[in-house]
Parts: sequence; C-alpha cells; structure tokens
Amino acid sequence: MLLIPCPQCGPREETEFSYGGEAGIARPKNPESLSDNEWADYLFMRRNPRGLLQELWCHSAGCRRWFTIVRDTHSSRILADSG
Amino acid sequence: MYKYSIFSLLRNGFQYHKQWPAMWRNPEPKAAYDVVIVGGGGHGLATAYYLGKEHGIRNVAVLERGWLGGGSTGRNTEIVRSNYLWDESTRLYEKARQLWENLSQDLNFNVMFSKRGVLNLGHSLQDMRDLARRVNANRLNGLEAELLTANEVKEFVPILNTSPDVRYPVLGASLQRNAGTGRHDAIAWGYARAADAHGVDIIQHCEVTGIRRNNGQVTGVDTSRGFIKTRKVALAVAGDTSVLAGMAGIRLPLQSHPLQALVSEPIKPVLNCVVMSNAVHAYISQTNKGELLMGAGIDSYNGYSQRGGLHIIEGAMSAIVELFPIFSRMRMNRQWAGTVDVCPDACPIIGKTPVAGLYINCGWGTGGFKSTPGSGWVYAYTIANDRPHPLNKAFSLERFSTGALIDEHGAAAVAH
Repeated sequence: MLLIPCPQCGPREETEFSYGGEAGIARPKNPESLSDNEWADYLFMRRNPRGLLQELWCHSAGCRRWFTIVRDTHSSRILADSG
Repeated sequence: MYKYSIFSLLRNGFQYHKQWPAMWRNPEPKAAYDVVIVGGGGHGLATAYYLGKEHGIRNVAVLERGWLGGGSTGRNTEIVRSNYLWDESTRLYEKARQLWENLSQDLNFNVMFSKRGVLNLGHSLQDMRDLARRVNANRLNGLEAELLTANEVKEFVPILNTSPDVRYPVLGASLQRNAGTGRHDAIAWGYARAADAHGVDIIQHCEVTGIRRNNGQVTGVDTSRGFIKTRKVALAVAGDTSVLAGMAGIRLPLQSHPLQALVSEPIKPVLNCVVMSNAVHAYISQTNKGELLMGAGIDSYNGYSQRGGLHIIEGAMSAIVELFPIFSRMRMNRQWAGTVDVCPDACPIIGKTPVAGLYINCGWGTGGFKSTPGSGWVYAYTIANDRPHPLNKAFSLERFSTGALIDEHGAAAVAH
C-alpha cells in the first residue's frame, strides 16, 4: 500500500485516496476546432511511462483535495509532491 | 519436432529420463528476419507459431527480455471463456476458445484445457438483468450460455453460500459449460516448442532498446544483442506496450496497472468449476494440483512494479470467504502481481499502426490468457497480409478516433 503525502493532511494510506491518472492534461481551448485524431489524443492517449509519472490523486476519504505528486511507476517511490 | 507420446515416454523411462531432447533451440540472433516479434509470452509465441503454420512465414524471431512466459503468461488465473457481450468480442474470444479445444493435439503438448464450466454470479436485480441480457446475446451468437437460479447454482456448486443472509446474496448466475481453465506454463512451452519446430528463432534475454524507422517504415530493431534488420516488427509485450510503441513515436490509450492473484495450499478436489463475481470483485477456481487459485481486481494506480497493495487482496479474500465459508481457514501459499495494459473500453487493440511495418497487439487488460490462441491467430494473419482479419478488424487503434469503441466493461467480469 502506498503512503501518499496529502498537502493538507500529511502522509496517509492509499485507501483514503482515489486515483486521477496522468496530471497536466489541459482541456483544449477550442474543442470544436480539433480533428478527430486530436480529440482522441486528448481523451484517450496517455504517456503511461515506466518511470517517473506526474499524477493526480484526490484525498476522497479525507479533506477531498486534488493534488499532484511525482511517482516512479516501477519502484512505486514517491519523489516529490508539488501540492 | 520430437513427438511426445506414450511410446516416447516409455522409451525415455527406460533411459532414466536422461535423453529427452531440448524443447527448443537457443540460437544466436541472425542479422535479419522477415518478422521480429517482441515479447516471448503466450501471445508472441502463438503469433510466431501461426505465422509458420498458417502463412508459411518461418524466418521469424521472437525476442524476449527475460525468459519465456516469465511475465503475465506464467502468472495468471488460467480462466478460458468467451461469454462477452458484444458481437465483435464474442467472435474473437470464441475463436480463441475453439482453438483451445484441439490445442493439445495441435501442439503435441498437453495444455490441460478443462471444460469445467465458468459461473458468473449475480448479486442484485440489476446484476441478474445484465446477466440475462448477456446470456441472450451469447446465445444469439451461437455460444453455449445459460442462466441459473440461486437453487440451480447451489446444485452446481454445493459449497457456495447461497443463503440470503449475507451482504451480497447470490441471486443466480450465468454459466458457460464449455469454458474452463488451461495450464498457463504449458501455453508458453507448447507454443514455443511448436514454433521452434517451424524454424522460428526464440531468443531469450534479448531486450529491444529501439525501433529504427526510415520514411515511416520500420527498418529494424536495436537490441541488447545488437541490431536486427527487419521490415515487420510485431509488439506482443502487454504491460510494456506503451514503452515500446513510444520508441516509434506512437501514443496509445493504454494504462498499465498491477493485477494480483494468489494460490492457497493444495487440498483435495472441492471446487468443480470457475466462479467469478463482478460485484464482489473476485474469482476462484481449483488447479489440477489442488490449490485454490484466486484473483483480485487491478490496483488503481499506474504501475510496472509487479507488486500490488495488500488491501486489494484483502477485499477479494473477504468476498471469497463470504461466498465460500468453507475456505475461511485456508492458508495462502503464494501471491504475485503482473502488469496488465488496460484499454479505456476494456477491449484489446490488434492491428496496424501509423508506422508502416509496426504492428500492435495489446490492451488485453485482465483477460489476455484466455485469448492467447485466437490473439496469435488473428495477429499472424494481420502481419502476414498487412491487413486485419475480419475477426480483429473492429479492434483497430483507429476506433479511438472514430468513436467505434467496444464497451466490454460489464462482460470483462471483473470491473476495471
């Protein structure tokens, strides 16, 4: 089980959180001007790296805050919390 | 190929089993191949076998970073079934199930396919409606499928707790009688041996580090054992597909997650079929060795660690114990996790990519084992003819742009 650093509540057990996946995916400013491929890229395509991943978590059974951390998907080590 | 039979067993018995020939060669990689398959799990080896058998393409290499079947092929829950909801997936998985039927004879290797039946339990009125819908869809597609009441379930699996006084009472189930289990190691070894007999070079401990391209056409792969020239590269690397496809600049809609399973100490035969439950998130069968083989759901986060959280297993075990109180004192022997590549619509991607000569077969998520023969069969066709077979046409990468997704979250039997 991961020990996840919530910026508000400090390190808490993984079962208190829900996962939001890859962070930093911006919603397109003009969705109607996108091609189908560009829209598919925004909706579905993900980096899914073996290594460092900037990802979203929500402290859903705690303070309900969304935040970003950097985690190594191979070692499961959490390297940085960016708040 | 050295034929296995009662006579070869006797002959080798008289020689104290010291003269068995190696099951496959251990060749050095050649400078060039017609097709290079990346990944020596079940899917990659099956693809190599059917390339030789069905399409006469024998100048093929299978590159494996570790050892044969050392990934999820050797660490799964062995379930074989085809009772999916939509026509496209039913046809694909049923093709695989039909190949399973004669696979032992075809490969001259006992893959221990056992049609012991697969039960999918329903625990609520909505579950039962969904099951009825799926059974009807299955029957329209010519599958063996039936709907059982709680009493019929009890009759089929007497040790199952069908009492109404539990958190998730069993209201009924769907049953596919000609589904069951196979032997996971045997799939890797049987296909490897048969592919090797077709002349396929199986190269273990050979990691692909780059995919070379020229004008959008694959020209070869860089590996830990040197450059190999080829115009066709076929990925069969499951959880690592995003990483490998990334080497050719392709983005995929996959998320790799840990998926855990575990086995108990061996006991006498007590469970005669496979029992799965979507709602309580657990599935169980008994292996030929007598162990109870159980699976959980995926861990929520992306991970390549081949380890998962104990709370996931705890959830699955509490469900198993409620369904089978008789197992409450069992001790668990081993637990492990594999890396599964989950697709947004819980269906695989099998086909071509924007890079000419690069093929992908991925996104099987939690259900790759059952489909190994069918997956290899359609993948070999796709590679040999440079176009998909009608069975895998709908499972293209383009479906994420066209929107023609095949939503199998319900029939994937364990929620993703």
